[in-house]
Amino acid sequence: MTEISYRQALHDTLRSELLRDESVFLIGEEIGVFEGSYKITAGLLTEFGPTRVRDTPICEEGFVGAAVGAAMLGMRPVVEIMTINFSLLAIDQIVNHGAKMHAMFGGQVSVPMVIRTPGGGGQQLAATHSQNLEVWYAHVPGMKVVAPATPADAKALLTAAIRDDDPVLVLENLALYNTKGEVPDGELVGEIGRAAVVKPGTDLTVIAYSRATVIALDVARQLEADGVSVEVVDLRSLRPLDRETICASVRKTSRAVVLEDDWLSYGVGAEIAATVQEGAFDYLDAPVRRVAAAEVPLPYAKPLELAALPDAADLVKVIGEVLDATRFAR
Amino acid sequence: MQAQHGTTSADRQQVDGFPPGESAQTLRGYYRQMSLVRAFELRASEMYQRAKVGGYCHLNLGEEATVVGLMAALAPRDYLFTSYRDHGYALARGLEAGPVMAELFGKSTGVSSGRGGSMHLFDTGRRMLGGYGIVGGQIPPATGAALALTYRGGPGPEAEAVMCLLGDGATNIGAFHESLNLAALWRLPIVYVIVNNGMGMGTPVDKASAEPDLYKRGCSYRMAGERVDGDDVLAVRDAARAALDRARTERRPGLLEAVSYRLRGHSVVDPARYRSKEETERLRTLDPVPAFRLRLLETGILDEDEARRIDEQAEEVVDAAVAFADGSPDPHPGQLFEHAYATPVPNAPYQLPGDPVVAS
Repeated sequence: MTEISYRQALHDTLRSELLRDESVFLIGEEIGVFEGSYKITAGLLTEFGPTRVRDTPICEEGFVGAAVGAAMLGMRPVVEIMTINFSLLAIDQIVNHGAKMHAMFGGQVSVPMVIRTPGGGGQQLAATHSQNLEVWYAHVPGMKVVAPATPADAKALLTAAIRDDDPVLVLENLALYNTKGEVPDGELVGEIGRAAVVKPGTDLTVIAYSRATVIALDVARQLEADGVSVEVVDLRSLRPLDRETICASVRKTSRAVVLEDDWLSYGVGAEIAATVQEGAFDYLDAPVRRVAAAEVPLPYAKPLELAALPDAADLVKVIGEVLDATRFAR
Repeated sequence: MQAQHGTTSADRQQVDGFPPGESAQTLRGYYRQMSLVRAFELRASEMYQRAKVGGYCHLNLGEEATVVGLMAALAPRDYLFTSYRDHGYALARGLEAGPVMAELFGKSTGVSSGRGGSMHLFDTGRRMLGGYGIVGGQIPPATGAALALTYRGGPGPEAEAVMCLLGDGATNIGAFHESLNLAALWRLPIVYVIVNNGMGMGTPVDKASAEPDLYKRGCSYRMAGERVDGDDVLAVRDAARAALDRARTERRPGLLEAVSYRLRGHSVVDPARYRSKEETERLRTLDPVPAFRLRLLETGILDEDEARRIDEQAEEVVDAAVAFADGSPDPHPGQLFEHAYATPVPNAPYQLPGDPVVAS
């Protein structure tokens, strides 16, 4: 075990996969000479050269589509899209092409492509640079979408994504890059499609992913002192979604709150709530609640930005409301 | 039917009325392919009207010389990406007519196992890497395939290359320009071929492109462009071969425009009322299939009996293709999730409509 940052975990994983497999190459804007907008790829151009670490012009549809085609011929491109907001420029190639080919061509070809991209607001980047659009991709059959919350999961899930033969979107988060955590040394391959109970509890389940999981864990530890036992389920994988783990937790705790950074309507939490009411209806003591972003284009001004994004205080408040609704005695 | 790639020295006796180096056998082979594409497409249209074929169905009628010329230029080791107007290319690339027709019929024996239909023909072995239903959607992946080739080996006469076909309408999308820029910047072994049939659905080229000389649209990327008569199978073949050679040996991507005329509507269901009767009549006189047939008859490469036999054989191949498709099993609903993922994954959502999402 070594304590490293989420950024370092991603960097080290890219490096070890480049060393392990010659068919792996990195492609994206400013990942080489500039070393990445968020410095995930720092030093890799020097070590691996410009064909393994390929800088591109600004043309998301062009270079994501090129990665799709290279993957069709057996390469394993790892695309960096500078932020998930810019993935919209490439959505035709991701959704209409990368995600379709294996099924649409009768299993004759696969697309072992990874798209790494950070989402998230809170950096005063305003409306066009602060979105959480992962659900757009999590909606699409043929895609796999993972959302690591910790440095260890970043390593495990990025490794799994690179070795997977399907297109995988790895959702990173601007606010997580500097967070630190223990990461196992040596090879660590995560399992796409599995959620994890990252903190056991008995009174209420908080379901979260990516940055929200970190907040949920903080809140759970804080409430522990007040005598409330919160279980935290980290989704890790948005597609496939591990409904069984979510429902098993809620059957135990009888209460569920979803914490998510995306917008409320039609968001990840809507899918979780529907899953819980179907899979744990008889066990529920209160309606499932969702704590999600306010439905506005995220404003620049700090007080407005803070008001729009879900935070620990919002989660604590909603947990309190759910417990009170069921006359939970603290 | 496999496209013929190159000619042997034994073939190279002079044939009157054709450029030096054309063998009678090769020329007859081209006509055989053009005749097959014509027969297949007319039958596909008929099968569509008889509801054997669903969805969209875009035909290569009028583009047969372009189809056969391009596929003659392409080596078996090369990769092909096409638009949704892909039946003829699949046949001339060497895919069997039966499984192609079966794909149109949505049968499990189809070239894409009935998953893709008319617009999405695919064959790994023939390196036919797909027809693509989204206009220009194939252009970035084709460019990426060429990028993958640069990791496999260096340039040279035996190197692999990619041919990416697109329609005239696709030259206006952003992905076309992004891809040409990348190909030129990275010196990728790819030839983009604009199959200009004069119309993007109902819109003529000069109403859609501010530079209607489409072969010039690569100049922003310093990419060599050339226009060729798409009704001339030999001119198409030679231009494509030269462009592919540059892509192979010099890693210089190219842009080729083959101009022909779509003899029918955009798809089977389009009566093309936006065209005048006079224009439709004029286009018929330009039909490349009878024109090439006549040329072979006039130069004595075929006599009327041989030509008729070739046409009859094409009909027989298509008859057999229809019988094969008709007799093939439908895919079973139990196979619905068969190709959901290439790498199996836990918790993959394999529910049918109305199934519970969580096991109780």
